[in-house]
Amino acid sequence: MAAIRVTASPLVKPSLMSRIGNNQALLGYLFILPSLIGFIAFFAVPAIRSIFISFQEWNLLTDAKYVGLENYQELFADDRFWRSLQITVTYVLWNIPLQTVLALGIALLMERISNSPLLRGLLILPWLMPNVIVAMLFVWLLDPTLGLINIFLQNIGVGQQGFFGDPNQAIASIAGVNIWRHMGYTAILIYAGLKTIPKSLYEAARVDGANGLVQFLRITLPLLRPVLVFVMVTSVIGSFQIFDTIAVATEGGPAGATRTIIVYIYEQVFERRINMGMATAASVVLFLILVSVTIVQIRSFRGNQSDLADYS
Amino acid sequence: MKHRSSLFVLLVVALLLSVSAVSAQDAVTIRYVLWDTNQLPAYQQCADAFTAANPDITVSIEQLGWDDYWTAITTGFISGDAPDVFTNHLAKYPEFVALEQLVDLQPLVERDGVATDIYYPGLAELWSKDGARYGLPKDWDTIAVVYNSDLLAAAGVDPAVMADWTWTPEDGGSFLETIAALTLDANGNNGLSPDFDKTNVVQYGFVPDTMGGAYGQTQWSALAVSTGWTFNNGVWGDEYYYDDPRFIDTVQFWADLALEYGYAPSFEEVTSLGSSTLFQAGNIAMTMNGSWMIGTFLSSEFPVGFGRLPAGPEGRKSMFNGLADSIWVGTPHLEESWSWVKFLGSADCQNIIGASGVVFPAIPEAAGMAQQMRADAGVDVSAFVDQANEDGGTFLFPIADYAGEISTIMNEAMDAIGLGISKAADVLPAANAEINDLF
Repeated sequence: MAAIRVTASPLVKPSLMSRIGNNQALLGYLFILPSLIGFIAFFAVPAIRSIFISFQEWNLLTDAKYVGLENYQELFADDRFWRSLQITVTYVLWNIPLQTVLALGIALLMERISNSPLLRGLLILPWLMPNVIVAMLFVWLLDPTLGLINIFLQNIGVGQQGFFGDPNQAIASIAGVNIWRHMGYTAILIYAGLKTIPKSLYEAARVDGANGLVQFLRITLPLLRPVLVFVMVTSVIGSFQIFDTIAVATEGGPAGATRTIIVYIYEQVFERRINMGMATAASVVLFLILVSVTIVQIRSFRGNQSDLADYS
Repeated sequence: MKHRSSLFVLLVVALLLSVSAVSAQDAVTIRYVLWDTNQLPAYQQCADAFTAANPDITVSIEQLGWDDYWTAITTGFISGDAPDVFTNHLAKYPEFVALEQLVDLQPLVERDGVATDIYYPGLAELWSKDGARYGLPKDWDTIAVVYNSDLLAAAGVDPAVMADWTWTPEDGGSFLETIAALTLDANGNNGLSPDFDKTNVVQYGFVPDTMGGAYGQTQWSALAVSTGWTFNNGVWGDEYYYDDPRFIDTVQFWADLALEYGYAPSFEEVTSLGSSTLFQAGNIAMTMNGSWMIGTFLSSEFPVGFGRLPAGPEGRKSMFNGLADSIWVGTPHLEESWSWVKFLGSADCQNIIGASGVVFPAIPEAAGMAQQMRADAGVDVSAFVDQANEDGGTFLFPIADYAGEISTIMNEAMDAIGLGISKAADVLPAANAEINDLF
């Protein structure tokens, strides 16, 4: 409507709408404004505030008290904190390599044998299920005495497995549940990456006599790198923050075997009368770890560059 | 046209707002939460009776599962959205007192002349500290043995054995013998037979309700206290005795039911779905649990009975735990909330709860109604009631500060003992030292 008025009477100054419309940069900012507001309100401000809170003794209900580095000293002196870091890293090492390799395999299979949107829909189905439901499902499936999977394992002679109840298997079992949940979604991301690789490259490779493996190693993998880096960075960050499956399936047990860093932070608040100082100090440490890991990942895999230019 | 319709919408909204504002002045809605779904219908009846007597006050009852319940209440304190009145637990309320989130009811009790001696002796005092009062008692619970009548009959074990069975931490007494007699391996040998194969058990004699963490309410507490052991140095104590040899022996016995004897499913097997689910699967003869679980066990697909606890060196002992209703300091409707708490603590409401049979109310007559209701249905729950009425038959849930921290420390230690990773004698003294350092 505004635009019509401008053309109808050119003497009138261009309306606000049309001026914004003509300013590309401003328009861009307007488009990201809603998520920017959300980011500032729900991420940036709480994140910065939590850095301040980590230097305080505060339960959110009474007055805060500045204590300097005391929370960090207590944190670093706590064996449970170090163990939780170790458990978290173990989880990430179970979770990420298996999940990424499986997802890559599924994506390649899809590209080879089926283009069906139905298949792609089915693959992300586990990812669409709420985490709590998935965890409950596996608590029953993996139960040592009543669980379907254990009854199957006993029938084929593998024998009963403790899974969530066995401290040596619990963290790997949690990782297994999340691999099952996420690999389809990750496969779809990689599949989208595969679609961006020009077919002509493979034709040229075939003319040159390169076999499937060589094509995969020399064309597919290098050209998938930006997508793989994106997948790795986001899934590693998510993996470090594992909580919901554990909260439902093991509550950090047995014997503390699944107390990951986020479970540790949760305990500081809900089991230690809202000890926000310790909780935020641990969060700041986790934040620094994630920033470092992400920088290393992006640097070492040159995730911001594509090799496609080299092939032309 | 467009303007007119939006004007109309505005008018309607304004009208609705003013209506709700007017009704808000007259009628108050109290938010009340509880965690036990089984108790919801009976408390809804209480709420209806309360509103009938106080037409200006409506009670809106919310139910949340145990695990989410405390998280929701804690976040509610912070966000200013906690319920006006909530069902409180002895393990949790000291923390809420420390955070200054509970209304001191003592001045209101005195002002209105509310009698606090109408309850089972000891229940009202559990909720007092330094002259302040943080809740009015609503119910109590004790522990008893739950058994699968079919499996006992099949093994030729008369439930009457529970009338005078005994237990010691050294040899387990006739309690352990009975458990052994009810355990069967794949070859049909029971646990007493020299040929019993504990690696191939098809029917367990007993299922422990996990390792029990810091309190062992439905687990080892009955046995441990029957040796003369106590948790700590009294109500609001600041010294724990988890390093006492009597306690260590009891906990090791509890873990050894599975680890050493093979008469019980392993801790791994019990931990995720819980003992009552395993018991209800039908191939476990006995378990121990609290009176609030009576209804759940009666819904099993086989006949279930309730038997007395074994008598230890110092007699039969059950933990006596009681819930109460507390008012949140942030409530905008203190007087109305207090009316509701008074009603919940009165015979008017507790008789309704008693008649439903779902739990034993704090007022003895109402608890008698619950027992009668079960008896009318052909179920004998005297094992729970007799325990509560017996002289010296009960000990109180240990009320103390730092319950969250103590649970974190003890859960880890007890899990390790249950899994067979550590011996009780090796980890409990260190855990105890860590706990006593908190105070």
